Amino acid sequence: MSDWRFTARQLVKNPLSLIGLVIIVIFIIIAIFAPLIAPTPAGHLHPYMIPRDGYFAEPQPPSEKHILGTTQGQYDIFYGVVWGTRTAFHVALVVMSITVLIGIVLGSLAGYFGGVLDEVIMRITDIFLAFPALILAMAIVAGIGPSLKSIMIALSVVWWPSYARLIRGDILQVREEDYVEASRGLGASSPRVIIRHVLPNAIYPTLIMASLDIGMVVLSAAGLSFLGLGTPEGYADWGQMTEFARNWMVGPPGDPFKYWYAVITPGLFILFFVLGWNLLGDAFRDIFDPRLARR
Amino acid sequence: MELRSYIIRRLLLLIPVLFGVTLFIFGITMLFSPVQRASLYITDPKQLVDLPTIIQMYGLDKPFFVQYGTWLGQVLRGNLGWSEAGSMPVADAIWHSLPATLELAIFATPLIIFLGIFLGTKAAANKDKPLDHGTRVMAILGWSLPTFWLGLLLMMFFYGFLNWFPPGRLTDQMQILVDSAAFIRYTHINTIDAILNLNGPVLLDALRHLVLPVITLSVTHVAFIMRLMRSSMLESLGKGYVLTARAKGLDERVVVNRHARRNALIPVITVSGYVFAGLASGAVITETIFSYKGIGWWAWQAAVRLDIPSILGFALFSGVLFVFINLVVDILYTRVDPRVRLGGGLQ
Repeated sequence: MSDWRFTARQLVKNPLSLIGLVIIVIFIIIAIFAPLIAPTPAGHLHPYMIPRDGYFAEPQPPSEKHILGTTQGQYDIFYGVVWGTRTAFHVALVVMSITVLIGIVLGSLAGYFGGVLDEVIMRITDIFLAFPALILAMAIVAGIGPSLKSIMIALSVVWWPSYARLIRGDILQVREEDYVEASRGLGASSPRVIIRHVLPNAIYPTLIMASLDIGMVVLSAAGLSFLGLGTPEGYADWGQMTEFARNWMVGPPGDPFKYWYAVITPGLFILFFVLGWNLLGDAFRDIFDPRLARR
Repeated sequence: MELRSYIIRRLLLLIPVLFGVTLFIFGITMLFSPVQRASLYITDPKQLVDLPTIIQMYGLDKPFFVQYGTWLGQVLRGNLGWSEAGSMPVADAIWHSLPATLELAIFATPLIIFLGIFLGTKAAANKDKPLDHGTRVMAILGWSLPTFWLGLLLMMFFYGFLNWFPPGRLTDQMQILVDSAAFIRYTHINTIDAILNLNGPVLLDALRHLVLPVITLSVTHVAFIMRLMRSSMLESLGKGYVLTARAKGLDERVVVNRHARRNALIPVITVSGYVFAGLASGAVITETIFSYKGIGWWAWQAAVRLDIPSILGFALFSGVLFVFINLVVDILYTRVDPRVRLGGGLQ
């Protein structure tokens, strides 16, 4: 049975992965139809900046005008979480593309040619892997200056080494196959052998892993943003909106849950987004676990 | 390979690692113009006229490698620079915030490991039964929870509503007591010092402040250990010696706990080492949310204030700690599993 068909059937059989899939599809719909779900007010220039209703510091509870309430500084929570979905996909797709691209280039060079090149590339990945990822990412964002772009750069820097390793490992296996040997025997150049024969056969696990890492990328980006190392104030970004709630987690005496709406909503969006990908990922891990034999 | 030469080789490997990362981070900070970096030293717009003097004084306009060399030279002489975020030398700042972080790691790591091993074993022994599915869902949920959000929710309930567990490390009153001459600071780890001083109230207060950060760290880390333990256990349960033990008619509890689990523990021990290394080099988000002023909290302050010497010093410290603990784990590994040889594969 082909890899794709086998994977698809396993996924549908497992209720957890099905739930994950549904969650992801809902988020994709929210992201695509954001301008319809939460229309940008006329005259508001930048759709990714949350429109604010005055400058009053205290968050306001849900009302007719702001159905999920407002954060501190009167940013509309509903608008923020809806457009924040786009931000989440944006960060995840950019980081995963850069990561996979760097991983493919360095991984194939190391795996296919071996020798000194392999040694050098693998030692460089060692350097990056020897550091706690969040700390390295924090240092990078602090160094370049906080912005959405910095977050994406920092996460790409800490994420690529594991992909380079993964691809290298898969390429090491594939390059010994007969059809690769045959292609080389026919006089194909190295780039041609890598691109036409080795990569297409080695890349499947990597692409799966990359798509499932999307949740973790978004979780890390939200963490950096929460730490104040991220988007400019008022940008539609779940991590920052959670940070806004930090000063308001405890209400006035006698009413400790007064600002629950400001604390709960953005975090729930992060949780469900990450949960969707991880539910799917868990099913994939079972499918790919070589110890659990395939029929 | 002989143990000593292995340790020496691994420690030598530390040099290029640290060199590479500091060069990298230093390179990033150099993207700023000398004027921008000099303006971090001033606090008052009136001092703007002094910028050229500051640039001159600290050599901020020199070529990249000259500046990196200057910094490296100072580090090798034991001077990590001045930390703006901590208002003290960087080395002192690390030294002062280390006990808090260690205290957190000392309490959280055992809880994470034991809970992970216990739940993982149970899940594997009851594979595909409700217990297995239940723990699986809990694990995925815990793994997906944003640490900072969980922290906020816990604070909202246990601090705002119940007022049981406040943020920080000690209440002001206890802090004064701890700083007084009557209380001897042996380790600066509050709970241990309280026990050594036989001081009940301080111990209780310190524990009260530890509850929420420890829970937060556990919820997000247990999932990982548990899933690893489960798959390792499943593999172990399929081995011949387990079949033999069952065939002998041994009680299933004995088979699971004595025969299968011992062998399943090996990969878990390695990962537990990484968990401890990760926590000991600072749980940035958890410490930040609970104002628990350890290494992670301090690193956050440094990053937000763009305190370059602190960021570099901190990166250096966490790198050394991380590699060092990994080395210890690798050595322990050979004690647990005699089949594994240092620096090589299986025998």
